[in-house]
Amino acid sequence: MTKKIKNLNLNFGPQHPAAHGVLRLILELDGEVVEKADPHIGLLHRGTEKLIENKTYMQAVPYFDRLDYVAPMNQEHAFALATEKVLKIDVPIRAQYIRVIFCEIGRILSHILNVTTQALDVGALTPSLWGFEERETLMTFYERASGSRLHANYFRAGGVHQDLPQGLEEDIAKFCETFPKIINDLESLLTDNRIFKQRNVDIGVVTKEDALDYSFSGVMIRGSGVPWDLRKSQPYDGYEKLEFKIPIGKNGDCYDRYLCRIEEMKESVSIIKQCLSKMEKGPIKSSDGKISPPSKKEIKQSMEALIHHFKLFTEGYRVPKDEIYTAVEAPKGEFGVYLISDGSNKPYKCKIRAPGFSHLQSMDYLIKGHMLADVPAVLGSLDIVFGEVDR
Amino acid sequence: MQTLIDLEKKINSELTTKINKTEIKHNQIYIETDKDDLIDVILFLKTNSDTKFRQLIDITVIDYPENSQRFEVIYLFLSHEFNQRLILKYSIAENEIIPSVTSIFPSANWMEREVFDMYGVSFKDHPDLRRILTDYGFEGHPLRKDFPLTGHTEVRYSEDQKKVISEPVKLEQNYRNFDYESPWEGTKYIKEELDNNDKKN
Repeated sequence: MTKKIKNLNLNFGPQHPAAHGVLRLILELDGEVVEKADPHIGLLHRGTEKLIENKTYMQAVPYFDRLDYVAPMNQEHAFALATEKVLKIDVPIRAQYIRVIFCEIGRILSHILNVTTQALDVGALTPSLWGFEERETLMTFYERASGSRLHANYFRAGGVHQDLPQGLEEDIAKFCETFPKIINDLESLLTDNRIFKQRNVDIGVVTKEDALDYSFSGVMIRGSGVPWDLRKSQPYDGYEKLEFKIPIGKNGDCYDRYLCRIEEMKESVSIIKQCLSKMEKGPIKSSDGKISPPSKKEIKQSMEALIHHFKLFTEGYRVPKDEIYTAVEAPKGEFGVYLISDGSNKPYKCKIRAPGFSHLQSMDYLIKGHMLADVPAVLGSLDIVFGEVDR
Repeated sequence: MQTLIDLEKKINSELTTKINKTEIKHNQIYIETDKDDLIDVILFLKTNSDTKFRQLIDITVIDYPENSQRFEVIYLFLSHEFNQRLILKYSIAENEIIPSVTSIFPSANWMEREVFDMYGVSFKDHPDLRRILTDYGFEGHPLRKDFPLTGHTEVRYSEDQKKVISEPVKLEQNYRNFDYESPWEGTKYIKEELDNNDKKN
């Protein structure tokens, strides 16, 4: 006598340590094999786009920190670039280097978090303890430049908010000397680790074609062997003057994506070093008084400067009518801002294109036919942060 | 295609009547089409060996409540091969149903769900058109311009009913939208001063 077995529906999350935030994943299981995955997102939806429509351009910047909160400044960068292009203003060289340095610090922050938590998901505790110590150092750099460890609010249209404090450049340079050793230590724990390889090699394989069809970007597309990086192909803020390599994977599995991230961290360190050596003293924001606020010293001495300061922080600047899509290579992939301005001091619309959204969408395709235990491994290698997926 | 101008010519000559307007700005090409031609245009852009827009980056809508064609639907494409970006758009009226492109780009699935959720635009032949970002049982479409910033309902845990309930928004102070806009245009003197300083040094 045969008995009909019904598939089991399993709720993975929204409160699950391996869901990397508030993901409710409804899995249909046949024994231990996943038949279907239906991610329910939006539990962290805050209506960022709606809020930005009601704020001036300068007030909109902090919302970008709260998207992918692991690498805040990379998001601000996309918005700053979009506004600059519409306003047609130039960014001083020093400000460009400062922005590149902090974007690469953001990349390291994000990749450390991802690599170590992925290791944690598949059963290795030590990497996260070692990695988080370095993240702490990097966040103090954020704090010294912007005043805040996470929600930096540092990039402005036309440059950055303030110059780097004394001694920060030297300390970042010192970090660049010591950090490669930490990457090697992490690698010695994971790269040849038998358990780590068993859990990641040949899991969640993405072919080149599918990576394109599913709108993958960043490490997700490079892991599948497509050499595509916006820093190289559509350079912005002086990336064309820097030398760096783009690591790509071969098999498109979780393990290749892990290797790509490790190599990218090494490249980031080299980019930061180059920036530090090329950087010279100079202005750090646009000299256009209609957009950049005057310095504190000027406010104390000049009535006009005081008026400017007041008007810029209440009314803000007006942006001519235009529409533009600008994308940057954020740690997780292509982060884009589609900005519609209508000539007023607030964006008419600001659509945020988050890489994690398209990556998570492919969960059903990636996990179909895998075992239940592979779900955290695949999810970890997608590098999902719910701040940006839910917006 | 080597340059955007070549691409513009190619698209205009191949698709002729299906294209209403093309424009190049910010190093991107903007194309306007009609709802009925959408599928043909997208198939051409994806498959033609001179365009190869293999990746759909995003779908979104802009709401212009004062227009009779209220919504403008936007598709962003990327061609890795030629390193070009294309923005395709067309206008529709409220309650118009538009064709889904999920059969051409599987990644359109969630993007269209988001548009449906945020703007209430419905898609024909979409495999699974549900809300995506808002709460289960949510009413209204938040990104429409006539949806208030504070929303209509708020949730709280009810001690009496022992569950989370949603009720109309009650604020101690209503949301105030200050209009700061003035004829102020700023001055150029700061820039001039800095330039003079540079010359002195």
